[in-house]
Amino acid sequence: MKALLLVAIGAALVNNVVLSQFLGLCPFLGVSRKVGTAAGMGAAVIFVITLASALTWPVYQLLAMAHIEYLQTIVFILLIAALVQLVEMFLKKFSPALYKSLGVYLPLITTNCAVLGVAINNIGKSYNFITSVVNGVGTAVGFTLAIVIMAGIRERIEYSPIPRAFRGSPIVLVSAGLMAMAFCGFSGII
Amino acid sequence: MNLTAILTAAAFIGGVGLIIGILLTIAGKVFYVKVDEKVVAVRNCLPGNNCGGCGFPGCDGLAEAIAKGEAPVDGCPVGGSPVAGAISDIMGVAAPSGERMVAFVKCSGTCDKTSFQYHYYGNMDCWQMLVATGSGEKGCQYGCMGYGSCVAVCPFDAIRIQNGRAAVDPDKCKACGKCLNNCPRHLIELVPVSAQYRVRCSSHDKGKAVKAVCRAGCIGCGLCAKNCEQSAITLTDNLAYINQELCIGCGKCAEKCPVKIIG
Repeated sequence: MKALLLVAIGAALVNNVVLSQFLGLCPFLGVSRKVGTAAGMGAAVIFVITLASALTWPVYQLLAMAHIEYLQTIVFILLIAALVQLVEMFLKKFSPALYKSLGVYLPLITTNCAVLGVAINNIGKSYNFITSVVNGVGTAVGFTLAIVIMAGIRERIEYSPIPRAFRGSPIVLVSAGLMAMAFCGFSGII
Repeated sequence: MNLTAILTAAAFIGGVGLIIGILLTIAGKVFYVKVDEKVVAVRNCLPGNNCGGCGFPGCDGLAEAIAKGEAPVDGCPVGGSPVAGAISDIMGVAAPSGERMVAFVKCSGTCDKTSFQYHYYGNMDCWQMLVATGSGEKGCQYGCMGYGSCVAVCPFDAIRIQNGRAAVDPDKCKACGKCLNNCPRHLIELVPVSAQYRVRCSSHDKGKAVKAVCRAGCIGCGLCAKNCEQSAITLTDNLAYINQELCIGCGKCAEKCPVKIIG
């Protein structure tokens, strides 16, 4: 139990997927304009990463049995894309409200490398099934945390007197860098 | 060369692809949600700018609302009558005949006509300058500040700051109404495109005070109202207002206006 907790905290804070592994940067920069939409994206990512971790683990065992582990990347991409499609259809049918609130973010996740990153990390660290899922949830929570904080900062940046040369993406990247440095503070806790 | 390995890999990927394809096809049938044909047809008629001028979240939102009958067929301010006509065919109702509207800036205080309290160099934003000392450079507290908050918000590139005052290009304007709420002084109004006579001032100050800050301001003399045979012009708070529904475009008001701001 303690080990699982450590994995979760490690994934969410210490090895934050965005701020120390630099995965999933496109949604991190693209969808962090408003806290509301950032939280929506975060929720969608938690949902998909959890399912993807649970799905890719058994599939990898199949690959290992056939001794074709090198195919993991391409197979995982296929699986994640299909999974997102399936989840989208499922939500559209059974929970139109959730489907509407996640909106365009759900299909966007197909191209989110954080999802693939988690799947490959789980294999690389040879986690078992439970640990893989916990690691997935932890990573996704870390992603949500980072993107919501970033959105909060950007909402403030909107109304700040930023020098002209820094307006737009530059100031966002500078803020992201500062956030990454701040998250380095977690590196000693495990 | 290890042919078996290549074949295994190809077979595995092919198999995974096949299984996923079959599963998704089945899922597509099982989880099929019936989409109203009308929504799709209406959506195809809409311009697709997703400007939000209709008040719905994008063109998809409006299409759904029109199909459900929650929004009028001419709900899209951008498409105007051609789009409204096409949609009314789909919905099976008579096309409404509305005249095209355009945004209009009720100020003629260009740099050469208005007075300046000081000169400002820096961030160009009307909302910020509103709270600055003297509310912007210009002496008039009612007119266009000229920092272009309306220009920034216009999705159709129809507004330009010309000689220190915002001017709308009536050909480009689609009357989405975004600028109306983005002018801190509420100077922008939607008027029928055919309206020839409009009051190009918003100052409620008395004549003397207006004259002190701007050579192109309504001094509230009331000559236009007195000379209007249709009683279309009213004078409230030292400012003339033309009711475009009553105006017949005779042009007597413009003739009589001593400061030449009607037209």
